[in-house]
Amino acid sequence: MGELAAFIILSALTLIPAVVVVTSGNVVRAAMSLIPSFLGVTGLFVLLGAEFVAGIQILIYAGAIAVLILFVIMLTEGGTGLAIRQLNEQRLPGIVVAGALTIGLVVLVLRTAWPLTAGTLPASNVTAIGTAFLTDFILAFEISSLVLLVSLVGALVIARKEV
Amino acid sequence: MRLDWLYVAVFAVVGTVMAALPLAIVWLLAPRVDLPQKRMTYESGVVPFGQAWAQFNIRYYLFALIFVLFEVEVIYLFPWAVIFRQLGAVAFVEAVLFIVILGVGLLYAWRKGALEWV
Amino acid sequence: MEILKAIVETILLFTFLAVVTAMLGVYLERKISGWIQSRLGPKHVGPQGLLQTIADTVKLLQKEHITPLNADVPTFNVAPILVAVAGLLAWMIIPFGPAFGRIIMVRDINIGLLFFLAMASLIVIGILLGGWASNNKYALLGGFRSASQMISYEIPLALALMVPIMMAGTLSTRAIVEAQGGSIRNWYIFGGPYEWYLAIPGVIAFAVFIIAATAETNRIPFDLPEAESELVAGYFSEYTGMRFALFQLGEYAEAFGMSALAAVLFLGGWHGPVLPGIVWFLIKMFALVFLLMWARWTYPRLRLDQLLNLSWKGLVPLGFLLVLVTGWMLV
Repeated sequence: MGELAAFIILSALTLIPAVVVVTSGNVVRAAMSLIPSFLGVTGLFVLLGAEFVAGIQILIYAGAIAVLILFVIMLTEGGTGLAIRQLNEQRLPGIVVAGALTIGLVVLVLRTAWPLTAGTLPASNVTAIGTAFLTDFILAFEISSLVLLVSLVGALVIARKEV
Repeated sequence: MRLDWLYVAVFAVVGTVMAALPLAIVWLLAPRVDLPQKRMTYESGVVPFGQAWAQFNIRYYLFALIFVLFEVEVIYLFPWAVIFRQLGAVAFVEAVLFIVILGVGLLYAWRKGALEWV
Repeated sequence: MEILKAIVETILLFTFLAVVTAMLGVYLERKISGWIQSRLGPKHVGPQGLLQTIADTVKLLQKEHITPLNADVPTFNVAPILVAVAGLLAWMIIPFGPAFGRIIMVRDINIGLLFFLAMASLIVIGILLGGWASNNKYALLGGFRSASQMISYEIPLALALMVPIMMAGTLSTRAIVEAQGGSIRNWYIFGGPYEWYLAIPGVIAFAVFIIAATAETNRIPFDLPEAESELVAGYFSEYTGMRFALFQLGEYAEAFGMSALAAVLFLGGWHGPVLPGIVWFLIKMFALVFLLMWARWTYPRLRLDQLLNLSWKGLVPLGFLLVLVTGWMLV
């Protein structure tokens, strides 16, 4: 019962700011609404028993990516807080496509046979993830460092052309 | 474990209430005289000119960018740091490789001048 | 039930923080600054000026809240609360010491240190938003500078934290302190219960942590964002009265929190001869706070590019080197 209540509160905390992000005319307000959304997702991770991922979610998403997005917005035109027009001439085709996508996704979700047995939670999240990284998924671990290197180089190449 | 995070949630809520409490007290106690001069933007005593937003340095953005990438790397190192002793020398070598690859990234950023301020 | 206990504990912790960090901390700061500068600090209010901060708080409580024109009002109000609450939440994982049969700490979260870092990064958001919401060029610039400085020093902070984590094999602060029991030689700054040569990364990690902590909390020599001679008051130029006090509360709570964490991770937490554990913990925490305040009046302020260079070209490579060396020594 308490879990259902927590789930509902956290979902509201995730979804309502998400709607604000998409519909707000004030770009900075939209970026700021990302933060409660991220915190809601953190709570959802905790409900699923993924502690380490919840901690990372706050640290990286709310602490690093939100800062990056806010920096970008405040350094550009949007930083003045002026309202930007949110709707354009393609409203009707947009609604049709969005509606079709929604129907498609709902049908997909309802028709999939989701496995309903819960797995067993490891005693310590962090050690389990660490062990998995360093033994079974070592290739993914090393390749992720390569991915980070590539994104660093790519981002610097793009950003510095404007400098 | 759930209990720990319940505490975090309660702390966040009660903490917000307690932080807002002094603000409420001020709202009750403090005078409120609304003069337009008081609400002017502060610029060391002179009348402010221009709008508050100006073209700021793009450098701030570059630092935030590099920060995100290195923070993600640090995140990868956390599980390794907790468990590497039990997994022997192999785990250590793997992490050396990881850190060296990203060290190359830092070196690249350094040499390309992304870490310079001016 | 549990929620009630949690509410009581947060009120207790908040009161402790408000009294010890805000009131005592500000008083200590003014007294110590005074002595270093060959003058007496506050003396008149209460015996030896001890009630000075209470008087200041009462004064601030009846100062008018001025919201600047064109400021973004909701953000303007939320920013100080965010900073204060994040500073408060960071204290959840600090173990004080054994008393009444158990270790006094709010909650021994499994991922304790990760949680602390997460709260420290939330403070950056609060500061950035506060600077932007003021609709003031100087505040915005101060907010940017402060945010850049804080994010640049989060990496060395996390890397310095990595050394005790590697020595202890856990992210839980209580387990890290318990691993340092036995004798002073077992403190992690001296290499923990391992060979002597682990003291080298231990001491260096401690130094890096203290430097990064000073930068994270915007204290001199890293207080360019608040530089009184340059930017008025930086990101909180437009904040009056109690909102300003909330920002300060958050910053002092974080400064004390970093000292407390350093005492826990490197100096053995509550371990020590003769005196009860909690007393030792408080002694160590206050010793480090004194160190921070001492540094404030000893070093000149670093310029922004010097500050960023120190972090990215100095402390970050040093941090990675520390991690590699500690790993090599421990395997």
